[in-house]
Amino acid sequence: MSTGNMNLTLKVWRQKNNKTKGALVDYKLSDISPDMSFLEMFDVLNEQLINKSEEPIVFDHDCREGICGSCSMFINGRPHGPKDLVTTCQLHMRSFKDGDTIVVEPWRAKAFPVIKDLTVDRTAFDRVIAAGGFISVNTGNAQDANALPIPKNQADAAFEAAACIGCGACVATCKNASAMLFVSAKISQLALLPQGQPERYRRVQSMVAQMDAEGFGNCTNTGACEAECPKGISLENIARMNRDFYAAKFVSEEDI
Amino acid sequence: MSELNSNIPEGELTQKWTKFKSSVPLVNPSNKRSIEVIVVGSGLAGASAAATLAEMGYKVKCFCFQDSPRRAHSIAAQGGINAAKNYQNDGDSTYRLFYDTIKGGDYRSREANVHRLAEVSANIIDQCVAQGVPLAREYGGLLDNRSFGGTQVQRTFYAAGQTGQQLLLGAYSALERQIGMGKVEMYTRHEMLEVVKIDGKARGIIARNLITGELERHFGHAVVLGTGGYGNVFYLSTNAMGSNVTAAWKAHKQGAYFANPCYTQIHPTCIPVSGDHQSKLTLMSESLRNDGRIWVPKKKDDTRKASEIPEDERDYYLERRYPAFGNLVPRDVASRAAKERCDAGYGVGASKLAVYLDFKANTERYGRIEASKSGIHNPDKETCMRLGTEVIKEKYGNLFDMYAQITGENPYETPMRIYPAVHYTMGGLWVDYNLMTTVPGLYCAGEANFSDHGANRLGASALMQGLADGYFVLPYTIGQYLSKEISVKAIPTDHPAFAEAEAKAKGILDTLINIRGTKSVDHFHKRLGHIMWEKCGMARNEKGLNEAILEIRALREEFWRDVRVPGTSDELNTELEKAGRVADFIELGELMCIDALNRNESCGGHFREEYQTEEGEAMRDDENYAYVAAWEFKEGVNFELHKEELKFENIKVAQRSYK
Repeated sequence: MSTGNMNLTLKVWRQKNNKTKGALVDYKLSDISPDMSFLEMFDVLNEQLINKSEEPIVFDHDCREGICGSCSMFINGRPHGPKDLVTTCQLHMRSFKDGDTIVVEPWRAKAFPVIKDLTVDRTAFDRVIAAGGFISVNTGNAQDANALPIPKNQADAAFEAAACIGCGACVATCKNASAMLFVSAKISQLALLPQGQPERYRRVQSMVAQMDAEGFGNCTNTGACEAECPKGISLENIARMNRDFYAAKFVSEEDI
Repeated sequence: MSELNSNIPEGELTQKWTKFKSSVPLVNPSNKRSIEVIVVGSGLAGASAAATLAEMGYKVKCFCFQDSPRRAHSIAAQGGINAAKNYQNDGDSTYRLFYDTIKGGDYRSREANVHRLAEVSANIIDQCVAQGVPLAREYGGLLDNRSFGGTQVQRTFYAAGQTGQQLLLGAYSALERQIGMGKVEMYTRHEMLEVVKIDGKARGIIARNLITGELERHFGHAVVLGTGGYGNVFYLSTNAMGSNVTAAWKAHKQGAYFANPCYTQIHPTCIPVSGDHQSKLTLMSESLRNDGRIWVPKKKDDTRKASEIPEDERDYYLERRYPAFGNLVPRDVASRAAKERCDAGYGVGASKLAVYLDFKANTERYGRIEASKSGIHNPDKETCMRLGTEVIKEKYGNLFDMYAQITGENPYETPMRIYPAVHYTMGGLWVDYNLMTTVPGLYCAGEANFSDHGANRLGASALMQGLADGYFVLPYTIGQYLSKEISVKAIPTDHPAFAEAEAKAKGILDTLINIRGTKSVDHFHKRLGHIMWEKCGMARNEKGLNEAILEIRALREEFWRDVRVPGTSDELNTELEKAGRVADFIELGELMCIDALNRNESCGGHFREEYQTEEGEAMRDDENYAYVAAWEFKEGVNFELHKEELKFENIKVAQRSYK
């Protein structure tokens, strides 16, 4: 229903740009409906700020159905908030209680600098993909799709790795700001498929090198990334990536 | 009024594309290196076009407003992608896909374009599999297919409920590969605000860097728009929040005709609006209508819970009206029927703007089968429901979870409440066979153009068209134009045309900032959406459309007088971005109403209440309206109609019936 009865205190990170310092700012909100999504609650807050001639809070969002990977709020110390396997845009206010204080921060990582308020720069992910997250096949090169049968379990495993939405929650939650879950998901997807074999070892080396160059941390197996991933991407992918990375060291230069 | 030339190649339908490809002039590799192409948009059409053009050797610049090309709204497509592979050996063929698409579009699309789409559909699947897109497979290792509406074959390829995501990530990886090789320059968080024309030809764009607010000038020998549909003109739709018409509309104002703007697809099964603060609507896949029965109470304003309404007091209105197709009538028919019941006072839920989608009967049926499989004879109802729920969970679990997450209700226990919502726009920039707009050198691909779906798009055909245009059509057809441009040197961006276009874009931004009015951008957008939905939505009539045109004009005047955009234009300012987009939506909204008013017939997604059969079905007027309405923008937000006659030489035009 349009008006509800929840009264909330928000502590939201405000930062004008990447050259200035930011701070948490308090906002009071009343009559919030439990049926509203978390981002719609932000819409209400922003509308109130605009009506007071203040600048609205900037945050990334687009599809609002959990698939584009844009939304990126660190809510009460957890990426995408308190519920498992959902993104911020799929979180609803009924997951909170009347009278709650909610702290909202941007993703925090050296490789994800803040642009403004809750918006961060995640282009490092694109550069990691550009370093090798593909199969080198030009348009028009392809053979008939059914000429290459792929066992169903292998195709399903590749699909599970490919479900990553590139939101960066794994980096945000990791104490080392490691991007290993993201990078390994793409490496796994392609390493599990026959089409990915020719570039398998070259790919893992160049993507890992780019990941390091971007300033992401290393993995210390705490598993927070898997626990917080809205798409349930498995830690097994990191194991696969590490195995391929070490295997690549034993493959002769000519074979890479 | 003038006739438009669609540049369809001569010859027999099935040979047109083959002959075109064999005879289109080529550009040699050394010339390609000095030819620059701008691609705006990085969804299925934009990303695949940018990647392919770069692979061919052109210098490409690609722009998107999102923070990464991977986030374009193609990513949200659920169901699948059609292709005439005939892997299921069920009699599919290029011709059948062509025929189904023309018929599904209610005979308002161009035969030659649709046939080409059907021809290249199979190549798309090959290409995507080669890229490592994990499409669903059978145990034998071969690709799986499912059925979709409007067809009698299984030609839909899919990747669970995330087909759009997987196909887009395929195109994105191809694009990133070219970016990594330095062959595509990618501009993320950039929005195109103007097309630059020199001597009548498109020669570049003005783009705003959304982080710094800086206006940038970019030259291109040609410009390609793959900027998606305009469903957000209704404010509430299944589109992403950022989806907008601005790039296409700026092109329209520079001379590109806008075709069939009134053709809008309203999807019947979406989660209903829950309150005034709702920002977007969520789709529940068409596949649910396989096992869900749609009903409303027989009694008006019935306030009882669904479970308290006995069987004989329920009206399964689709089964009643369309016994042959029942709950599986096409999208436009199902949507209108739901609206009819709700308008008549039979809607359910607090808003009364919803109908039930009930899985109980089929849950029980599945349960009985399961019970019999496990040797339970004469199972009681409870056993049937328990076993049946497991079957339903396996088939639709993720959709049921999504529904429960949004509504807070358990759809295994109570029926889903659903209502139609704006989903896709068949109209768009007019393009010829080469996908070129009426501005030479300006191309348009994917949902942003108008070309392939007529007045109604079939399920699983949007992904097919986006990738067909980007991978297999545009990279060829653009050669016809670029082969004549090889002697044109890159034009420096200090050319007066660039300065003029930049000044124009800056003028609009400054105006928006300086109005300092009293109402937010969303306030205006919601009001526009309300007018469009009420008067140019699922059903339209002459009186309502005339009123809507006046209301929209008044809204436009008020917007430019009273909108409030906080902040400045030289920083990241999301309100300013929205303001520019809503300003364009307001102008487009008026044109949609004008187009709907002009089309005195009902066809596909366009339903004029005055033109229906006695049973309330859409009534086409092939004698007077078998044409594409292509509108030219005139000074002062006026529009002039141009017509492209549609000739059906290979298909017999007939009335659709689902009874």
